[in-house]
Amino acid sequence: MKGQKKSINYFVNEYIGKTIVTICGLLIVVATISIIAFICGKGLQSFLHGNISPWEMLTSTDWSPNDPKDKSYGALIFIVGSTLVSIGATLISTPIALGIAIFNNYISPKFGSTFVKPVLELFLGIPSVVYGFLGVTILVPFLRNQLGGVGFSLLAGIIVLSVMILPTIASISDDAVKGVPFEFLEGSYGLGSTRWQAIHRIIIPAAKNGILTAIVLGLARAFGEALAVQMVIGNTVKLPDSLYSPTSTLTGILTMDMSNTLNGTAWNDALWSLAMILLIISFLFILIIRMIGKRGMQNEQ
Amino acid sequence: MNNKKNHNNQARIVNNVWTAIFYAIAILVIALLVFIAEKIITMGWGFWDTDFLFGAPSNTMAGGGIGPQLFNSFYLLVISLIVSFPLGLGAGIYLSQYAKKGRFLNFVRLCIETMASLPSIVVGLFGLLVFVTLADWGYTLVGGALVLTILNLPNLTRICEMAISSVSASVKEASLGLGATKWQTITKVLIPTAIQEIITGVILTAGRIFGEAAALIYTAGLTTPTLNAAAPLDSPVNPFNIFRPAETLAVHIWKLNSEGIVPDAREIATKSAAILIIMVFVFNIAARLIAKLLDKRFKGSVGAKPKKVKSKLIS
Repeated sequence: MKGQKKSINYFVNEYIGKTIVTICGLLIVVATISIIAFICGKGLQSFLHGNISPWEMLTSTDWSPNDPKDKSYGALIFIVGSTLVSIGATLISTPIALGIAIFNNYISPKFGSTFVKPVLELFLGIPSVVYGFLGVTILVPFLRNQLGGVGFSLLAGIIVLSVMILPTIASISDDAVKGVPFEFLEGSYGLGSTRWQAIHRIIIPAAKNGILTAIVLGLARAFGEALAVQMVIGNTVKLPDSLYSPTSTLTGILTMDMSNTLNGTAWNDALWSLAMILLIISFLFILIIRMIGKRGMQNEQ
Repeated sequence: MNNKKNHNNQARIVNNVWTAIFYAIAILVIALLVFIAEKIITMGWGFWDTDFLFGAPSNTMAGGGIGPQLFNSFYLLVISLIVSFPLGLGAGIYLSQYAKKGRFLNFVRLCIETMASLPSIVVGLFGLLVFVTLADWGYTLVGGALVLTILNLPNLTRICEMAISSVSASVKEASLGLGATKWQTITKVLIPTAIQEIITGVILTAGRIFGEAAALIYTAGLTTPTLNAAAPLDSPVNPFNIFRPAETLAVHIWKLNSEGIVPDAREIATKSAAILIIMVFVFNIAARLIAKLLDKRFKGSVGAKPKKVKSKLIS
């Protein structure tokens, strides 16, 4: 019987196919868990075997792993640097991104989809080293000429990052704004509001959760960005006095120092602890986004 | 009455001002891209010189090329796509067709989101720990390719999942109704229908990993041996040996900027940046062209117009 034989083959096919794709799905879980396990396992070493207290690391500004007499591993400078630079970039980027999202959906969808969206896609494609390199060759000399000093600064980092995270925030808030039901706009127009009144009183509040998600994602991307920031921020290990003073970030110190240190030394372990802090913070951002999403679903119900 | 009229007029003026502001923002963003592209390309003018594109780099003298770096970038991209594309497609099929709603699926999604948001430097450090130190390969091309796979996998999975689940349910039902099994429906109906979206998405992500540098500094390394295609495959100087260090173009720019000692470091870096930017344009245009071509081909056979691919980071 030919037909029967074939149906057995189908069964084997079916079974193998399902198993393979399930393994692919599981592989993502395994990869994620092993990344977290490996980085945290290595990052905890300096607290378990070394004599650094986690509290001291998070609150001290004294980072001198190379000092022969008094080594100390305070990471506050890097945490503050990363935080300031990503918040600054998000502050600049969000209003522009929101403007783009509104423009693409309500002001001129045609111009938006033919010009603005492709441009944002290209922005997203530009590699971070190129952004960093542009920062070094154009922005830093410009700041030096305008404001004096060295040019490498927190401000330069903020400006470079704000361009980098613009497409992320813009495309997600674009989706959020698009998701607002058309009846809301019609209702608002029907009550005699102008387009601007409808946008800022109806559309933006209705898309609030999506926009918030976009902002947090932009913040997360800014926080984890390494090379572009490292190239323009100056990398001096001290807290910034002003917007226009150089400082360091978590990602920057990891990029520069990991290759200078030997595996197993206290300095190296401290760097892995910084990597762990970075990982935990980026995970926190994901949890915040999930919370926003949940709240959005509850509101709908 | 008069008061109300004034109020209306004022609202209209405010509205017009804001419309102008929105236009200004859109034009500003476009102008910024034009400015960046123009600046990079004029600064790196002359990047098409074949001596530069395919020539060997020089460590001390001016006039070196970027041949090996350019080759490494492409080779690394190909290898990482060979690894990541089947995995992404498989995971996409699993999520869209087999996974059952519930706690476990929620957990898988959390993992994908976490993976997608990992800073690339952290992924690079994971590669340093596992592929370079633990597996004791040293800085290798394959280590770099695996790290790029980790970076790329969440995006690829999302693209494949969205493409497959956007195939209209009636197509799937028709196939099942004709007696096809689930797996047959997936391989012979769903994937061919979704292939246009999948290919477009893959090319766009390929463009993004082409320029990745932070994750590669500690995995594929900062050096390239002097390559010689005549060497045996297991020799570290054979260009196709995947167990050799391989500095990519993006990493090269970073290295030139931070520790370049050649006198023309700045010039090489600008030209390399110009090439990277042009590659981004090429990848984008290719994705669009292929989408159009495939769209034409499949429109007749499927009937339904495939949805446009969305390239957002987290859905």
